[in-house]
Amino acid sequence: MSRKLHARRIEGIDKNIWVELTQLAADYKAVNLGQGFPDFSPPSFVQEAFCKALNEGFSMHQYTRAFGHPNLVKILAKFFSRIVGREIDPMEDILVSVGAYQALFCTFQALIDEGDEVIIVEPFFDCYQPMVMMAGGTAIYVPLKPVCCGPVLSSADWVLSPEELASKFSPRTKAIVINTPNNPLGKVYKRKELQMIADLCIKHDVICISDEVYEWLTYDGTKHVKIASLPGMWERTVTIGSAGKTFSATGWKVGWAMGSEHILKHLKTVHQNSVYHCATAAQEAVAVGFQREYDVFGTEESYFHQLPIHLHEKRLRLADCLKSVGLKPILPQGGYFMIGLATIPVSAFYSPEHRNEFQKYIRFCFVKEDSTLQAAEDILRQWSDGKLKKF
Amino acid sequence: MASIKHKNTKRIEGLDKNVWVAFTSVAADPSIVNLGQGYPDIPPPSYVKEGLAQAAMVDRLNQYTRGFGHPTLVKALSKVYGKVYDRQLDPFKEILVTVGGYGSLFSTMQALVEEGDEVIIIEPFFDCYVPMVKMAGGKPVLIPLRLKSSSAASSVSSADWVLDQEELASKFNSKTKAIIINTPNNPIGKIFSRSELQAIADLCIKHDTLCISDEVYEWLVYKGHEHVKIATLPGMWDRTITIGSAGKTFSVTGWKLGWSIGPEHLIKHLQTVMQNSLYTCPTPLQEAVGQGLLRDFELMGKPDCYFTSLALELEGKRDRMAAMLRQTGMTPVVPEGGYFMIADVTALNQDLSHMGDDEPYDYKFVKWMIKEKKLASIPVTAFVGEDSVKQFEKYIRLCFIKQESTLDAAEAILKSWNKD
Repeated sequence: MSRKLHARRIEGIDKNIWVELTQLAADYKAVNLGQGFPDFSPPSFVQEAFCKALNEGFSMHQYTRAFGHPNLVKILAKFFSRIVGREIDPMEDILVSVGAYQALFCTFQALIDEGDEVIIVEPFFDCYQPMVMMAGGTAIYVPLKPVCCGPVLSSADWVLSPEELASKFSPRTKAIVINTPNNPLGKVYKRKELQMIADLCIKHDVICISDEVYEWLTYDGTKHVKIASLPGMWERTVTIGSAGKTFSATGWKVGWAMGSEHILKHLKTVHQNSVYHCATAAQEAVAVGFQREYDVFGTEESYFHQLPIHLHEKRLRLADCLKSVGLKPILPQGGYFMIGLATIPVSAFYSPEHRNEFQKYIRFCFVKEDSTLQAAEDILRQWSDGKLKKF
Repeated sequence: MASIKHKNTKRIEGLDKNVWVAFTSVAADPSIVNLGQGYPDIPPPSYVKEGLAQAAMVDRLNQYTRGFGHPTLVKALSKVYGKVYDRQLDPFKEILVTVGGYGSLFSTMQALVEEGDEVIIIEPFFDCYVPMVKMAGGKPVLIPLRLKSSSAASSVSSADWVLDQEELASKFNSKTKAIIINTPNNPIGKIFSRSELQAIADLCIKHDTLCISDEVYEWLVYKGHEHVKIATLPGMWDRTITIGSAGKTFSVTGWKLGWSIGPEHLIKHLQTVMQNSLYTCPTPLQEAVGQGLLRDFELMGKPDCYFTSLALELEGKRDRMAAMLRQTGMTPVVPEGGYFMIADVTALNQDLSHMGDDEPYDYKFVKWMIKEKKLASIPVTAFVGEDSVKQFEKYIRLCFIKQESTLDAAEAILKSWNKD
């Protein structure tokens, strides 16, 4: 064919770091602490729910409600109403999507027009920028920066400058994207930090897109706060969640967007014109998982209680390992990742303008079996010993 | 409180309405025999369900897989379709796995259609084509299938619905980016013949146009007919995206897996859309579909290959449904493929003037039939543009991939039609 084929909307967004690096990891049989997925299984109650769903009536294998399987949206509404402190309507205020990724896509496609500016806090999960671009928007970056350099760096030490943040808002600002707990840093925004962002959103009438996929993974007693629960924010926030991260089943690709009906309805329009439905059986299994967690919420039995405890140790282990080979890990307050050394270069999470400041940091995923972490440790030790031997 | 900033974006302006929203609530009422929405109420083959149960027990298969398609699945697809196309298919470069056939259509439009592009769509069309073209900024250009005047009044086949060749040629111009064809067609069930496809191909080549071929019902082909892939015609591989569906292939619409097959220089653009929209499809489902395809690949051409056995099973249901409808006085259009049948209700002379005149006749008829006869179907004008409403408003669409008990219930209603 002689004519130009592809649409302009996909120009400049064809490169993708994961495609390159996961191929490399596979090619070189690397111990993979790169891409963020657990190498252990989802909890048995959720796996069992999936198998049970498969053997139920024919309806589990056929189309369900397009905007979300009834059992799932009902329990999500119930579960999160309790947390957010308001009555969430399962049919109007929730959209189930193919992973949080597709929820983000629906959000940008529904709300960002050409010429709209979107503030992105760096470091950011890499898809935000191409999604903004594909929607014709302009990304405006504001970086988190470390404020102190003590012996133990924590993700809490990385903050936004209020003046710098305020300066990024303009009459063209449509939305701001925040991710808490943050990937790759692991920062968990404090209530007052979210309040500062909320104040600006309200002042400038801006929508807040809050990616909270790691909401259950906080350590050392750190509390996850939902910006949508702050005064004046429910009506202007889209909160995004993930069953994959919640239940350690990233391969199920079940996520959701939650927010006021008058905004969610636009996400639904995108959804019904792009994928229309999400897989039924996985939604049913996630619903069963949430029902179980609803019943045991706050108790020792809760997976949301146990998983962070389980990962807490792994996080410390990896941090110690990195320190012992002379690297400076930044201890994350939440999430799956730690910045230190060797797998996904962190500059990928920064804009071209700010990339150079962050080139020496690299991201590690610690949500792995102990044997994987052991293997990583061995490699790092050997490498470090090897390096020392040279001198 | 409604902020102007909370308004929808231009790309989705006017795309919020949807025919299914009006009719899916009907499906919830158990007293209504639902031949409306297109999904099976027959179970999927057991080996496919088992494959999923097995996959779910493997740790690695509950986590992310390759974005453009799980290796087991793309390799199986390249095997199956390599045989069908009689060409070597690169599983990694010429195949993309998507969220259903729907997701493939979306990826294709977003990747290849933009403002200034015209896209030819044949009526009646699966309803999402028009909104998807519009969302991509393109302009839909419609052309209807027309009933050949030579066809017998009593026995109409989907083969009697054809494109006027001059009319088709007139729709192509320098702005035409693509033509969408759906074969076997939903809702009519037409299977485009080799010569019909050749005529379309000739125009695509002449005008340097892409072809988007929605072939989700490709295995549901009835006796005496052959499904031909337009991509196999000379000069067409390089300009065609062919779409398939696991949901339709294995009677698992709720798994929402489909695929696009085509040349690398086109598929790579669909992959870009994929990696920026949902990144990857569910892993265990892909593994199970891959295993199912491998199993049926070995049986291809034999009667116990699911692709063949399902078509055979459905042919019986097709014939049964056609007979039931004739008995009532409706004129069914017997489909060559797919699992839908449209029927002309003109002869019933049903007076619906009491229902007002703000809707086409078929919408009123369908609503009346749900209320008075407890039988659900879909109005065919939902699948056509405004200009073709008059041509299609006496037709309703029925789905026959239903259990015998559902068909029994439908038969009971149709038999007693004139007794009220």
